[in-house]
Amino acid sequence: MLFKRFSLFVYALLILVPLIIVLLTSVKTLQETFANPLGFPEGGIKFDNYVAIFQEQTMAGYFMNSTVVTLFSVSFTLLFAAMIAFGITRLSNWLGNILFALFTLGMMVPAQVIMVPLYSLVLNIGLTNSLVGLILVNISSTLPIAVFILTGFMKTLPKELFEASTIDGAGNWKMFTKVAIPLSLPSLSATAIFLFVMHWNDLLYPLLFITDNAYKTLPLALLEFRGQYATNYPMLFTGVVIASAPMVVAYVFLQRYFVAGMTAGAVKG
Amino acid sequence: MKTSKTIYLFFLPGLILYSIFFLYPTASALFYSFTDWDGFSEAFQFVGFHNFERALTGDSIFWKTVGNNLKFMLVVVILQTIVALAFAMIVLKNTKTTVFLRALYFFPTILSSVSVAFIWSFIYDPSLGILNQLLELAGLDFLAQNWLGNANIAIYSLAITQIWFHAGQMLIVFVAGLQAIPQEMYEVAKIEGASKWQTFRSVTWPLLAPSATIVVAYTTIQSFKAFDLVFAMTGGGPNNSTEIIATYIYEVAFRSYQFGYASSISVIFMIIIAFITFLQFKALRSDRVSY
Repeated sequence: MLFKRFSLFVYALLILVPLIIVLLTSVKTLQETFANPLGFPEGGIKFDNYVAIFQEQTMAGYFMNSTVVTLFSVSFTLLFAAMIAFGITRLSNWLGNILFALFTLGMMVPAQVIMVPLYSLVLNIGLTNSLVGLILVNISSTLPIAVFILTGFMKTLPKELFEASTIDGAGNWKMFTKVAIPLSLPSLSATAIFLFVMHWNDLLYPLLFITDNAYKTLPLALLEFRGQYATNYPMLFTGVVIASAPMVVAYVFLQRYFVAGMTAGAVKG
Repeated sequence: MKTSKTIYLFFLPGLILYSIFFLYPTASALFYSFTDWDGFSEAFQFVGFHNFERALTGDSIFWKTVGNNLKFMLVVVILQTIVALAFAMIVLKNTKTTVFLRALYFFPTILSSVSVAFIWSFIYDPSLGILNQLLELAGLDFLAQNWLGNANIAIYSLAITQIWFHAGQMLIVFVAGLQAIPQEMYEVAKIEGASKWQTFRSVTWPLLAPSATIVVAYTTIQSFKAFDLVFAMTGGGPNNSTEIIATYIYEVAFRSYQFGYASSISVIFMIIIAFITFLQFKALRSDRVSY
Protein backbone atom coordinates (compact mmCIF):
# COMPACT_ATOMS: atom_id res chain seq x y z
CA MET A 1 0.00 0.00 0.00
CA LEU A 2 2.73 2.39 1.05
CA PHE A 3 4.80 1.42 -1.95
CA LYS A 4 1.87 2.04 -4.29
CA ARG A 5 1.26 5.48 -2.83
CA PHE A 6 4.93 6.30 -3.05
CA SER A 7 5.05 5.28 -6.73
CA LEU A 8 1.99 7.39 -7.52
CA PHE A 9 3.63 10.32 -5.79
CA VAL A 10 6.93 9.88 -7.65
CA TYR A 11 5.19 9.65 -11.04
CA ALA A 12 3.17 12.76 -10.19
CA LEU A 13 6.40 14.58 -9.34
CA LEU A 14 7.99 13.45 -12.59
CA ILE A 15 5.17 15.16 -14.47
CA LEU A 16 4.82 18.21 -12.23
CA VAL A 17 8.43 19.20 -11.58
CA PRO A 18 9.35 19.80 -15.25
CA LEU A 19 6.17 21.82 -15.72
CA ILE A 20 6.89 23.93 -12.64
CA ILE A 21 10.46 24.49 -13.85
CA VAL A 22 9.07 25.78 -17.16
CA LEU A 23 6.77 28.25 -15.40
CA LEU A 24 9.46 29.40 -12.95
CA THR A 25 12.13 29.81 -15.61
CA SER A 26 9.80 31.89 -17.75
CA VAL A 27 9.58 34.50 -14.96
CA LYS A 28 13.34 34.59 -14.32
CA THR A 29 16.14 36.49 -15.99
CA LEU A 30 18.88 34.68 -17.84
CA GLN A 31 21.39 35.57 -15.10
CA GLU A 32 19.10 34.16 -12.41
CA THR A 33 18.73 30.98 -14.45
CA PHE A 34 22.46 30.50 -14.78
CA ALA A 35 23.06 31.29 -11.10
CA ASN A 36 20.26 29.10 -9.83
CA PRO A 37 18.63 27.08 -12.62
CA LEU A 38 16.02 25.32 -10.49
CA GLY A 39 15.14 27.67 -7.65
CA PHE A 40 12.79 30.59 -7.28
CA PRO A 41 13.79 33.83 -9.00
CA GLU A 42 15.88 35.82 -6.51
CA GLY A 43 14.73 39.20 -7.74
CA GLY A 44 11.08 38.17 -7.55
CA ILE A 45 8.70 37.14 -10.30
CA LYS A 46 9.01 39.28 -13.42
CA PHE A 47 7.00 39.13 -16.59
CA ASP A 48 9.71 40.88 -18.60
CA ASN A 49 10.26 37.83 -20.83
CA TYR A 50 6.60 37.83 -21.81
CA VAL A 51 6.81 41.50 -22.74
CA ALA A 52 10.11 40.98 -24.55
CA ILE A 53 8.95 38.01 -26.59
CA PHE A 54 5.98 39.96 -27.89
CA GLN A 55 8.29 42.88 -28.76
CA GLU A 56 11.09 40.86 -30.34
CA GLN A 57 8.91 38.36 -32.16
CA THR A 58 5.71 38.63 -34.14
CA MET A 59 4.18 36.45 -31.43
CA ALA A 60 0.65 37.76 -31.94
CA GLY A 61 0.96 36.88 -35.62
CA TYR A 62 2.13 33.32 -34.93
CA PHE A 63 -0.67 32.92 -32.44
CA MET A 64 -3.19 34.18 -34.98
CA ASN A 65 -1.82 31.85 -37.69
CA SER A 66 -2.03 28.83 -35.40
CA THR A 67 -5.58 29.78 -34.43
CA VAL A 68 -6.75 30.26 -38.01
CA VAL A 69 -5.08 27.09 -39.29
CA THR A 70 -6.37 24.99 -36.39
CA LEU A 71 -9.95 26.28 -36.49
CA PHE A 72 -10.33 25.83 -40.25
CA SER A 73 -8.53 22.49 -40.35
CA VAL A 74 -10.62 21.04 -37.51
CA SER A 75 -13.95 22.36 -38.82
CA PHE A 76 -13.48 21.18 -42.38
CA THR A 77 -11.96 17.82 -41.46
CA LEU A 78 -14.95 17.20 -39.19
CA LEU A 79 -17.50 18.31 -41.78
CA PHE A 80 -16.01 16.36 -44.69
CA ALA A 81 -15.34 13.28 -42.57
CA ALA A 82 -18.88 13.32 -41.16
CA MET A 83 -20.28 13.57 -44.69
CA ILE A 84 -18.16 10.63 -45.82
CA ALA A 85 -19.05 8.57 -42.74
CA PHE A 86 -22.73 9.29 -43.36
CA GLY A 87 -22.34 8.37 -47.03
CA ILE A 88 -20.66 5.08 -46.13
CA THR A 89 -23.44 4.11 -43.72
CA ARG A 90 -26.09 4.95 -46.32
CA LEU A 91 -24.50 3.04 -49.19
CA SER A 92 -24.79 -0.63 -49.95
CA ASN A 93 -22.35 -2.80 -48.07
CA TRP A 94 -19.74 -3.55 -50.70
CA LEU A 95 -19.43 -0.02 -52.07
CA GLY A 96 -19.44 1.42 -48.57
CA ASN A 97 -16.70 -1.00 -47.56
CA ILE A 98 -14.54 -0.13 -50.54
CA LEU A 99 -14.83 3.60 -49.86
CA PHE A 100 -14.16 3.00 -46.17
CA ALA A 101 -11.01 1.05 -47.05
CA LEU A 102 -9.90 3.75 -49.49
CA PHE A 103 -10.22 6.54 -46.94
CA THR A 104 -8.70 4.64 -44.04
CA LEU A 105 -5.71 3.60 -46.15
CA GLY A 106 -4.31 7.00 -45.22
CA MET A 107 -4.02 5.92 -41.58
CA MET A 108 -1.37 3.40 -42.54
CA VAL A 109 0.85 5.79 -44.43
CA PRO A 110 2.60 8.18 -42.02
CA ALA A 111 2.87 11.80 -43.11
CA GLN A 112 6.67 11.51 -43.19
CA VAL A 113 6.47 8.91 -45.95
CA ILE A 114 4.90 11.30 -48.44
CA MET A 115 6.61 14.50 -47.34
CA VAL A 116 8.94 14.63 -50.34
CA PRO A 117 6.35 14.42 -53.16
CA LEU A 118 3.86 16.43 -51.08
CA TYR A 119 6.39 19.22 -50.82
CA SER A 120 6.98 19.34 -54.59
CA LEU A 121 3.23 19.23 -55.23
CA VAL A 122 2.50 22.11 -52.86
CA LEU A 123 5.41 24.05 -54.33
CA ASN A 124 4.20 23.48 -57.89
CA ILE A 125 0.65 24.65 -57.25
CA GLY A 126 1.99 27.74 -55.51
CA LEU A 127 0.66 26.97 -52.03
CA THR A 128 3.89 27.26 -50.06
CA ASN A 129 3.87 30.16 -47.61
CA SER A 130 0.10 30.10 -47.53
CA LEU A 131 -2.26 29.33 -44.68
CA VAL A 132 -4.75 27.97 -47.21
CA GLY A 133 -2.20 25.45 -48.42
CA LEU A 134 -1.49 24.39 -44.86
CA ILE A 135 -5.19 23.99 -44.11
CA LEU A 136 -5.85 21.91 -47.24
CA VAL A 137 -2.97 19.52 -46.46
CA ASN A 138 -4.08 19.32 -42.82
CA ILE A 139 -7.61 18.37 -43.80
CA SER A 140 -6.52 15.57 -46.08
CA SER A 141 -4.00 14.26 -43.56
CA THR A 142 -6.46 13.85 -40.68
CA LEU A 143 -9.46 12.91 -42.83
CA PRO A 144 -8.69 9.13 -42.62
CA ILE A 145 -8.65 8.90 -38.82
CA ALA A 146 -11.76 11.10 -38.56
CA VAL A 147 -13.61 8.98 -41.14
CA PHE A 148 -12.57 5.87 -39.23
CA ILE A 149 -13.84 7.08 -35.85
CA LEU A 150 -17.06 8.66 -37.17
CA THR A 151 -18.02 5.74 -39.42
CA GLY A 152 -17.58 3.37 -36.49
CA PHE A 153 -19.96 5.51 -34.48
CA MET A 154 -22.57 6.18 -37.16
CA LYS A 155 -22.84 2.47 -37.94
CA THR A 156 -24.11 1.92 -34.41
CA LEU A 157 -27.00 4.36 -34.89
CA PRO A 158 -30.34 2.59 -35.42
CA LYS A 159 -31.16 2.40 -39.13
CA GLU A 160 -34.86 2.93 -38.40
CA LEU A 161 -34.18 6.54 -37.51
CA PHE A 162 -32.87 7.24 -41.01
CA GLU A 163 -35.62 5.25 -42.63
CA ALA A 164 -38.32 7.06 -40.70
CA SER A 165 -36.99 10.35 -41.95
CA THR A 166 -36.95 9.12 -45.58
CA ILE A 167 -40.63 8.30 -45.25
CA ASP A 168 -41.18 11.84 -44.03
CA GLY A 169 -39.66 12.92 -47.33
CA ALA A 170 -36.31 14.12 -46.01
CA GLY A 171 -33.54 14.26 -48.61
CA ASN A 172 -30.02 13.07 -47.87
CA TRP A 173 -28.78 16.49 -46.79
CA LYS A 174 -31.67 16.97 -44.42
CA MET A 175 -31.19 13.49 -43.01
CA PHE A 176 -27.51 14.32 -42.50
CA THR A 177 -28.06 17.64 -40.73
CA LYS A 178 -31.24 16.78 -38.83
CA VAL A 179 -30.61 13.16 -37.85
CA ALA A 180 -27.01 12.02 -38.30
CA ILE A 181 -25.21 15.10 -36.94
CA PRO A 182 -27.27 15.60 -33.77
CA LEU A 183 -27.08 11.91 -32.91
CA SER A 184 -23.32 11.79 -33.51
CA LEU A 185 -22.45 14.74 -31.27
CA PRO A 186 -20.57 12.66 -28.65
CA SER A 187 -18.35 11.11 -31.31
CA LEU A 188 -17.97 14.42 -33.16
CA SER A 189 -16.84 16.25 -30.04
CA ALA A 190 -14.30 13.55 -29.14
CA THR A 191 -12.93 13.63 -32.69
CA ALA A 192 -12.86 17.44 -32.63
CA ILE A 193 -10.67 17.48 -29.54
CA PHE A 194 -8.31 14.93 -31.00
CA LEU A 195 -8.02 17.03 -34.17
CA PHE A 196 -7.51 20.24 -32.17
CA VAL A 197 -4.52 18.78 -30.36
CA MET A 198 -3.07 17.33 -33.59
CA HIS A 199 -3.37 20.49 -35.66
CA TRP A 200 -2.40 22.96 -32.94
CA ASN A 201 0.79 21.04 -32.18
CA ASP A 202 1.76 19.96 -35.69
CA LEU A 203 5.30 20.78 -36.74
CA LEU A 204 5.93 18.79 -39.93
CA TYR A 205 3.68 20.60 -42.43
CA PRO A 206 4.59 24.15 -41.37
CA LEU A 207 8.23 23.07 -41.43
CA LEU A 208 7.85 21.84 -45.00
CA PHE A 209 5.73 24.59 -46.48
CA ILE A 210 6.35 27.82 -44.55
CA THR A 211 9.50 29.91 -44.66
CA ASP A 212 7.97 33.39 -44.41
CA ASN A 213 7.54 34.69 -40.84
CA ALA A 214 4.13 36.09 -41.75
CA TYR A 215 2.69 32.57 -42.08
CA LYS A 216 4.49 30.64 -39.37
CA THR A 217 2.53 28.77 -36.74
CA LEU A 218 3.57 28.54 -33.09
CA PRO A 219 5.40 25.18 -33.10
CA LEU A 220 7.54 26.23 -36.08
CA ALA A 221 8.21 29.68 -34.64
CA LEU A 222 9.13 28.08 -31.34
CA LEU A 223 11.55 25.72 -33.04
CA GLU A 224 13.27 28.67 -34.71
CA PHE A 225 13.56 30.60 -31.45
CA ARG A 226 16.15 28.04 -30.54
CA GLY A 227 18.35 29.22 -33.40
CA GLN A 228 17.98 32.73 -32.09
CA TYR A 229 17.98 32.34 -28.32
CA ALA A 230 20.17 29.19 -28.22
CA THR A 231 20.27 28.26 -24.52
CA ASN A 232 18.32 31.30 -23.34
CA TYR A 233 15.84 29.01 -21.60
CA PRO A 234 13.82 31.82 -19.99
CA MET A 235 12.84 33.06 -23.45
CA LEU A 236 12.32 29.56 -24.86
CA PHE A 237 10.08 28.59 -21.95
CA THR A 238 8.13 31.82 -22.24
CA GLY A 239 7.43 30.70 -25.79
CA VAL A 240 6.47 27.23 -24.55
CA VAL A 241 4.02 28.68 -22.03
CA ILE A 242 2.37 30.93 -24.62
CA ALA A 243 2.16 28.17 -27.24
CA SER A 244 0.69 25.66 -24.77
CA ALA A 245 -1.68 28.03 -22.96
CA PRO A 246 -4.80 27.50 -25.11
CA MET A 247 -4.53 23.70 -24.94
CA VAL A 248 -3.86 23.77 -21.20
CA VAL A 249 -6.82 26.05 -20.48
CA ALA A 250 -9.06 23.88 -22.65
CA TYR A 251 -7.75 20.75 -20.92
CA VAL A 252 -8.53 22.09 -17.47
CA PHE A 253 -12.14 22.73 -18.42
CA LEU A 254 -12.82 19.88 -20.83
CA GLN A 255 -10.56 17.26 -19.29
CA ARG A 256 -12.98 14.34 -19.61
CA TYR A 257 -13.56 15.03 -23.29
CA PHE A 258 -9.83 15.36 -23.91
CA VAL A 259 -9.13 12.00 -22.38
CA ALA A 260 -11.98 10.40 -24.35
CA GLY A 261 -10.99 12.08 -27.61
CA MET A 262 -7.27 11.46 -27.40
CA THR A 263 -7.80 7.85 -26.42
CA ALA A 264 -10.22 7.26 -29.29
CA GLY A 265 -7.56 8.68 -31.58
CA ALA A 266 -4.92 6.42 -30.12
CA VAL A 267 -6.95 3.26 -30.09
CA LYS A 268 -8.22 3.77 -33.58
CA GLY A 269 -5.15 5.44 -35.01
CA MET B 1 -34.59 1.18 -48.57
CA LYS B 2 -33.32 2.94 -51.66
CA THR B 3 -30.83 5.75 -51.15
CA SER B 4 -31.02 8.70 -53.51
CA LYS B 5 -28.08 9.22 -55.89
CA THR B 6 -27.27 12.54 -54.20
CA ILE B 7 -25.47 10.46 -51.56
CA TYR B 8 -22.40 10.39 -53.82
CA LEU B 9 -22.07 14.15 -53.45
CA PHE B 10 -21.27 13.59 -49.78
CA PHE B 11 -17.96 12.04 -50.75
CA LEU B 12 -16.95 14.77 -53.17
CA PRO B 13 -15.16 17.44 -51.09
CA GLY B 14 -13.24 14.93 -49.01
CA LEU B 15 -12.38 12.75 -51.98
CA ILE B 16 -11.02 15.66 -54.02
CA LEU B 17 -8.67 16.84 -51.25
CA TYR B 18 -7.70 13.30 -50.34
CA SER B 19 -6.85 12.46 -53.95
CA ILE B 20 -4.76 15.60 -54.47
CA PHE B 21 -2.91 15.69 -51.16
CA PHE B 22 -2.70 12.02 -50.25
CA LEU B 23 -3.32 9.55 -53.08
CA TYR B 24 -1.36 11.48 -55.69
CA PRO B 25 1.74 12.10 -53.50
CA THR B 26 1.72 8.49 -52.36
CA ALA B 27 1.70 7.31 -55.95
CA SER B 28 4.42 9.77 -56.91
CA ALA B 29 6.61 8.64 -53.99
CA LEU B 30 6.58 5.24 -55.69
CA PHE B 31 7.31 6.83 -59.06
CA TYR B 32 10.19 9.05 -57.89
CA SER B 33 11.78 6.21 -55.96
CA PHE B 34 12.91 4.83 -59.33
CA THR B 35 14.48 8.13 -60.44
CA ASP B 36 17.47 10.30 -59.60
CA TRP B 37 15.37 13.48 -59.32
CA ASP B 38 16.92 16.30 -57.28
CA GLY B 39 13.56 17.91 -56.55
CA PHE B 40 14.02 21.01 -58.65
CA SER B 41 15.32 20.33 -62.16
CA GLU B 42 13.01 19.55 -65.02
CA ALA B 43 15.04 16.58 -66.09
CA PHE B 44 15.60 13.33 -64.27
CA GLN B 45 16.48 9.80 -65.23
CA PHE B 46 15.04 6.44 -64.41
CA VAL B 47 17.54 4.44 -62.46
CA GLY B 48 15.59 1.25 -61.88
CA PHE B 49 16.20 -0.29 -58.49
CA HIS B 50 19.45 1.57 -58.01
CA ASN B 51 18.15 3.71 -55.12
CA PHE B 52 16.85 0.68 -53.26
CA GLU B 53 20.11 -1.13 -53.80
CA ARG B 54 22.00 1.88 -52.53
CA ALA B 55 19.88 2.12 -49.38
CA LEU B 56 19.97 -1.57 -48.59
CA THR B 57 23.56 -2.36 -49.49
CA GLY B 58 25.60 0.81 -49.84
CA ASP B 59 24.34 3.31 -47.28
CA SER B 60 25.71 2.73 -43.80
CA ILE B 61 23.81 5.73 -42.42
CA PHE B 62 20.53 4.24 -43.59
CA TRP B 63 21.21 1.06 -41.63
CA LYS B 64 22.28 3.14 -38.66
CA THR B 65 18.91 4.94 -38.73
CA VAL B 66 17.08 1.61 -38.89
CA GLY B 67 19.12 0.44 -35.90
CA ASN B 68 18.40 3.68 -34.00
CA ASN B 69 14.72 3.30 -34.78
CA LEU B 70 14.76 -0.24 -33.40
CA LYS B 71 16.61 0.77 -30.21
CA PHE B 72 14.20 3.67 -29.67
CA MET B 73 11.23 1.44 -30.38
CA LEU B 74 12.29 -1.40 -28.08
CA VAL B 75 12.96 0.88 -25.11
CA VAL B 76 9.76 2.86 -25.60
CA VAL B 77 7.51 -0.14 -26.25
CA ILE B 78 8.79 -2.19 -23.33
CA LEU B 79 9.19 0.53 -20.69
CA GLN B 80 6.14 2.55 -21.64
CA THR B 81 3.86 -0.50 -21.68
CA ILE B 82 5.12 -1.64 -18.27
CA VAL B 83 4.80 1.83 -16.74
CA ALA B 84 1.34 2.38 -18.24
CA LEU B 85 0.01 -1.01 -17.14
CA ALA B 86 1.52 -0.92 -13.65
CA PHE B 87 0.12 2.53 -12.94
CA ALA B 88 -3.21 1.78 -14.61
CA MET B 89 -3.69 -1.02 -12.10
CA ILE B 90 -3.07 1.34 -9.20
CA VAL B 91 -5.39 4.13 -10.37
CA LEU B 92 -8.09 1.76 -11.58
CA LYS B 93 -10.89 2.58 -9.14
CA ASN B 94 -12.69 5.87 -9.66
CA THR B 95 -11.99 8.07 -6.67
CA LYS B 96 -11.28 11.79 -6.54
CA THR B 97 -7.54 11.17 -6.18
CA THR B 98 -7.24 8.63 -8.99
CA VAL B 99 -9.28 10.74 -11.40
CA PHE B 100 -7.00 13.68 -10.63
CA LEU B 101 -3.85 11.57 -10.99
CA ARG B 102 -4.99 10.10 -14.29
CA ALA B 103 -5.59 13.60 -15.61
CA LEU B 104 -2.14 14.67 -14.40
CA TYR B 105 -0.35 11.68 -15.93
CA PHE B 106 -2.19 12.29 -19.17
CA PHE B 107 -1.25 15.97 -19.27
CA PRO B 108 1.99 15.83 -21.35
CA THR B 109 0.03 14.30 -24.26
CA ILE B 110 -1.58 17.67 -25.01
CA LEU B 111 1.74 19.50 -25.35
CA SER B 112 3.50 19.97 -28.66
CA SER B 113 6.61 17.93 -29.43
CA VAL B 114 8.62 21.15 -29.70
CA SER B 115 7.62 22.18 -26.17
CA VAL B 116 8.46 18.74 -24.81
CA ALA B 117 11.78 18.86 -26.67
CA PHE B 118 12.70 22.19 -25.02
CA ILE B 119 11.63 21.02 -21.57
CA TRP B 120 13.75 17.90 -21.79
CA SER B 121 16.72 19.64 -23.36
CA PHE B 122 16.78 21.72 -20.20
CA ILE B 123 16.43 18.69 -17.94
CA TYR B 124 19.29 16.99 -19.78
CA ASP B 125 21.44 20.13 -19.99
CA PRO B 126 24.92 19.10 -18.75
CA SER B 127 25.45 22.17 -16.55
CA LEU B 128 22.00 23.66 -15.84
CA GLY B 129 19.94 20.51 -15.97
CA ILE B 130 18.06 19.03 -13.04
CA LEU B 131 19.12 15.49 -13.89
CA ASN B 132 22.84 16.00 -13.38
CA GLN B 133 22.17 18.17 -10.34
CA LEU B 134 20.06 15.46 -8.74
CA LEU B 135 22.76 12.89 -9.43
CA GLU B 136 25.30 15.17 -7.80
CA LEU B 137 23.05 15.65 -4.76
CA ALA B 138 22.72 11.91 -4.45
CA GLY B 139 26.50 11.57 -4.61
CA LEU B 140 26.32 9.85 -7.96
CA ASP B 141 28.41 12.41 -9.83
CA PHE B 142 30.05 9.73 -11.90
CA LEU B 143 26.72 9.03 -13.57
CA ALA B 144 26.34 12.65 -14.67
CA GLN B 145 26.31 12.84 -18.43
CA ASN B 146 25.94 15.01 -21.45
CA TRP B 147 22.68 13.17 -22.02
CA LEU B 148 22.00 14.42 -25.52
CA GLY B 149 25.60 15.06 -26.54
CA ASN B 150 26.93 11.58 -25.91
CA ALA B 151 26.43 9.56 -29.07
CA ASN B 152 26.20 6.31 -27.12
CA ILE B 153 23.22 7.26 -25.01
CA ALA B 154 21.43 10.13 -26.79
CA ILE B 155 18.88 7.81 -28.44
CA TYR B 156 17.93 6.38 -25.02
CA SER B 157 17.59 9.87 -23.57
CA LEU B 158 15.14 10.58 -26.38
CA ALA B 159 13.27 7.35 -25.65
CA ILE B 160 12.81 8.38 -22.00
CA THR B 161 11.41 11.72 -23.16
CA GLN B 162 8.98 9.94 -25.48
CA ILE B 163 7.79 7.79 -22.55
CA TRP B 164 7.24 10.87 -20.36
CA PHE B 165 5.30 12.34 -23.27
CA HIS B 166 2.97 9.43 -24.03
CA ALA B 167 2.80 6.91 -21.15
CA GLY B 168 -0.21 8.72 -19.66
CA GLN B 169 -2.20 8.24 -22.84
CA MET B 170 -1.51 4.50 -22.86
CA LEU B 171 -2.30 4.34 -19.16
CA ILE B 172 -5.81 5.57 -19.96
CA VAL B 173 -6.24 2.87 -22.63
CA PHE B 174 -5.28 0.25 -20.04
CA VAL B 175 -7.64 1.74 -17.44
CA ALA B 176 -10.49 1.44 -19.97
CA GLY B 177 -9.49 -2.15 -20.73
CA LEU B 178 -9.19 -3.09 -17.05
CA GLN B 179 -12.49 -1.49 -16.11
CA ALA B 180 -14.21 -3.59 -18.77
CA ILE B 181 -13.26 -6.81 -16.97
CA PRO B 182 -16.30 -8.02 -15.04
CA GLN B 183 -15.87 -7.87 -11.25
CA GLU B 184 -17.35 -11.37 -10.86
CA MET B 185 -14.21 -12.82 -12.43
CA TYR B 186 -12.17 -11.44 -9.55
CA GLU B 187 -14.68 -12.63 -6.99
CA VAL B 188 -14.48 -16.15 -8.37
CA ALA B 189 -10.69 -16.02 -8.26
CA LYS B 190 -10.84 -14.84 -4.66
CA ILE B 191 -13.25 -17.58 -3.62
CA GLU B 192 -10.98 -20.15 -5.24
CA GLY B 193 -8.13 -18.78 -3.18
CA ALA B 194 -5.96 -17.52 -6.07
CA SER B 195 -2.92 -15.45 -5.14
CA LYS B 196 -2.50 -11.93 -6.49
CA TRP B 197 -0.06 -13.10 -9.12
CA GLN B 198 -2.29 -16.06 -10.12
CA THR B 199 -5.23 -13.70 -10.47
CA PHE B 200 -3.18 -11.42 -12.69
CA ARG B 201 -1.88 -14.34 -14.78
CA SER B 202 -5.18 -16.10 -15.35
CA VAL B 203 -7.82 -13.38 -15.14
CA THR B 204 -6.42 -9.92 -15.78
CA TRP B 205 -3.80 -10.66 -18.40
CA PRO B 206 -5.87 -12.79 -20.82
CA LEU B 207 -8.79 -10.41 -20.64
CA LEU B 208 -6.53 -7.43 -21.04
CA ALA B 209 -4.90 -8.81 -24.19
CA PRO B 210 -6.93 -6.66 -26.62
CA SER B 211 -5.92 -3.43 -24.85
CA ALA B 212 -2.34 -4.63 -24.57
CA THR B 213 -2.23 -5.35 -28.29
CA ILE B 214 -3.57 -1.90 -29.05
CA VAL B 215 -1.03 -0.25 -26.77
CA VAL B 216 1.92 -2.20 -28.13
CA ALA B 217 0.93 -1.69 -31.76
CA TYR B 218 0.22 2.02 -31.30
CA THR B 219 3.44 2.59 -29.39
CA THR B 220 5.43 0.75 -32.04
CA ILE B 221 4.02 2.83 -34.89
CA GLN B 222 4.38 6.00 -32.85
CA SER B 223 8.04 5.33 -32.17
CA PHE B 224 8.65 5.10 -35.90
CA LYS B 225 6.86 8.39 -36.43
CA ALA B 226 8.65 10.34 -33.67
CA PHE B 227 9.91 12.84 -36.23
CA ASP B 228 8.87 16.04 -34.43
CA LEU B 229 10.48 15.14 -31.13
CA VAL B 230 13.79 13.95 -32.60
CA PHE B 231 13.96 16.82 -35.06
CA ALA B 232 13.35 19.43 -32.36
CA MET B 233 15.56 17.85 -29.73
CA THR B 234 18.73 16.66 -31.46
CA GLY B 235 18.09 17.05 -35.18
CA GLY B 236 19.47 13.53 -35.56
CA GLY B 237 22.86 14.30 -34.01
CA PRO B 238 25.40 13.91 -32.60
CA ASN B 239 26.99 12.08 -35.49
CA ASN B 240 23.69 10.55 -36.73
CA SER B 241 23.33 8.72 -33.43
CA THR B 242 19.69 9.79 -33.01
CA GLU B 243 18.77 9.86 -36.69
CA ILE B 244 15.60 7.79 -37.21
CA ILE B 245 14.20 6.82 -40.61
CA ALA B 246 11.77 9.75 -40.70
CA THR B 247 14.38 12.41 -39.91
CA TYR B 248 16.81 10.79 -42.35
CA ILE B 249 14.25 11.12 -45.16
CA TYR B 250 14.00 14.84 -44.36
CA GLU B 251 17.78 15.11 -44.27
CA VAL B 252 18.31 13.39 -47.62
CA ALA B 253 15.51 15.29 -49.34
CA PHE B 254 15.83 18.81 -47.98
CA ARG B 255 19.49 19.08 -46.98
CA SER B 256 21.18 17.13 -49.76
CA TYR B 257 18.44 17.45 -52.39
CA GLN B 258 18.23 13.80 -53.39
CA PHE B 259 14.47 13.57 -53.80
CA GLY B 260 14.64 10.33 -55.76
CA TYR B 261 16.73 8.61 -53.13
CA ALA B 262 14.62 10.06 -50.29
CA SER B 263 11.53 8.68 -52.04
CA SER B 264 12.92 5.17 -52.11
CA ILE B 265 13.74 5.34 -48.40
CA SER B 266 10.13 6.50 -47.93
CA VAL B 267 8.90 3.47 -49.84
CA ILE B 268 10.99 1.16 -47.63
CA PHE B 269 9.59 2.99 -44.59
CA MET B 270 6.07 2.52 -45.94
CA ILE B 271 6.65 -1.22 -46.32
CA ILE B 272 7.93 -1.49 -42.72
CA ILE B 273 4.89 0.40 -41.39
CA ALA B 274 2.48 -1.62 -43.55
CA PHE B 275 4.03 -4.83 -42.23
CA ILE B 276 3.62 -3.72 -38.60
CA THR B 277 0.05 -2.59 -39.26
CA PHE B 278 -0.71 -5.93 -40.85
CA LEU B 279 0.64 -7.76 -37.78
CA GLN B 280 -1.43 -5.44 -35.60
CA PHE B 281 -4.65 -6.29 -37.42
CA LYS B 282 -3.87 -9.99 -37.33
CA ALA B 283 -3.11 -9.89 -33.63
CA LEU B 284 -6.27 -7.90 -32.92
CA ARG B 285 -8.42 -10.41 -34.78
CA SER B 286 -7.00 -13.47 -33.05
CA ASP B 287 -6.82 -11.94 -29.59
CA ARG B 288 -10.49 -11.31 -29.17
CA VAL B 289 -11.46 -12.85 -25.87
CA SER B 290 -15.09 -13.34 -25.09
CA TYR B 291 -16.50 -13.41 -21.62
